[in-house]
Amino acid sequence: MILQIIVSGILMGFVYSLVAVGLTLTWGVLDIINFAHGEFLMMGMYSAFWMYSLFGMDPLLSIPFAMGIVFVMGYFTYRLIIKKVINAPGLTALLATFGLSLLLRNLAQFIWSPNYRFINQSIVMDKKIVLGSITLGVPQMVAAISSIVMTMAVFYFVEKTKTGRAIQATALDKNTAKLMGIHTEKIYALTFGISGACVGIAGALTATFFPIHPESGALYSLLAFVIVALGGFGNIKGALYSAIIIGITEALGGFLFGTQFKYALVFLIYLIVIQIKPKGLFGW
Amino acid sequence: MLKVKNVSAGYEHIPVLFDVSFEIQGGEVVAIVGSNGAGKTTILRTISGILKPMAGEIEFLGERIDNIPAHKIVEKGIAHVPEGRHVFGKMTILDNLLLGAYTLKSQEDIRSVLKEVYDIFPKLKDRENQKAETLSGGEQQMLAIARAMMSKPKLLLVDEMSLGLMPLLVDKVLSILKAISERGVTVLLVEQKVQEALEIADRGYVLQTGRVIAEGTGKALLASERVKRAYLGM
Repeated sequence: MILQIIVSGILMGFVYSLVAVGLTLTWGVLDIINFAHGEFLMMGMYSAFWMYSLFGMDPLLSIPFAMGIVFVMGYFTYRLIIKKVINAPGLTALLATFGLSLLLRNLAQFIWSPNYRFINQSIVMDKKIVLGSITLGVPQMVAAISSIVMTMAVFYFVEKTKTGRAIQATALDKNTAKLMGIHTEKIYALTFGISGACVGIAGALTATFFPIHPESGALYSLLAFVIVALGGFGNIKGALYSAIIIGITEALGGFLFGTQFKYALVFLIYLIVIQIKPKGLFGW
Repeated sequence: MLKVKNVSAGYEHIPVLFDVSFEIQGGEVVAIVGSNGAGKTTILRTISGILKPMAGEIEFLGERIDNIPAHKIVEKGIAHVPEGRHVFGKMTILDNLLLGAYTLKSQEDIRSVLKEVYDIFPKLKDRENQKAETLSGGEQQMLAIARAMMSKPKLLLVDEMSLGLMPLLVDKVLSILKAISERGVTVLLVEQKVQEALEIADRGYVLQTGRVIAEGTGKALLASERVKRAYLGM
């Protein structure tokens, strides 16, 4: 039983990691807390939902579509909003993304109604795999595996490619990055786009087993904040590890103390860790 | 090669440079010397486009560059070694160098320039997978210069390379800059260490509170009463 819970916690943790990687990127590179991150995820879920309900497309097939839509959203969020406020003092940028999150959430409510929607047709739907004493839902498995692959892909991209190096350089020292010939504005917009693409994918993946509604991103973004802070700002591997920790905590806590306490436990762990290591478990 | 014409520049509308003009010919080593706060760093930042001039023009190889963004200026062939080195400490030495070559398009170019740079700085090759922050101050300065060389510059701007280095290392870095200039790269050097800089420079300019107050060959400036009194304590 415990094993079952831990394994499903890890699977959920993988999905969280993809959401958190998106957030940690904008945080690490632009020094901006994107409060609209959860709403980007919600947009990813709705993209999958509409592809399904209008064209009968399987949510797994609409992943590239959801990824593309939210990438574009992220890209233009930087171009049209963040760019204008990034050098403004204090909380301006933070409030701008907060405003954007409210706008997106209410727009979704206005246009698509606050009703819960479900995707009830997918090749992975209602399938289970039994491994000894463990039963795993195929939708969760697929989401977890795809998430970890995407997380690794983003990690590889940032660490090993030329553009990824430019992203790192811009994050570390913007002015010196310019002296290398890096168009830092482009890098910023691209980073926001990649961050969006991460949650676009995560949205399409989770749409196979979670209800879709305008508020559905809010909880994820809160968890993603905890994960990013735990993992150390801007640290992709840190985000991955702490997402797994959070996934297990949530699953175990729900089992041991009752589901109403599972998030209390998550936030308690977070509070304890930042008391001891304010820069996060894997921070610099 | 580089013409700075009547440039005024500064930060947040507080001018630091007033009507500064000077010229650099291809192949020269030119030093701009002066004390702290004279505006030396501001000149380099204005040339490399990090800062936009409030007035005046900058021409490089016959083309105006004062109105184009910093990342485009690198492509034109100006590399800037910033004050305080500013290596990317959390990244490896090799990554730092590859970032220096960001504007180069072909892999072959990058490989050949990397080999050339390793010839000048053999120590960096041995430690290419080490994080830049693990290097000593002098080694970081070498890395900063090496990184700038990776863009195959025609003009190398070097800001206050002596900062925080012991005299022996200052001499070493200067001799490397001399060697770089012998490879055909024009060097513009900005220094508080007036004597050392003027000794290796073909020509020099003395900057005081944002204005050029003297110019001449390195030797002439070193011999001038004004420079001796103000900067060399003689």
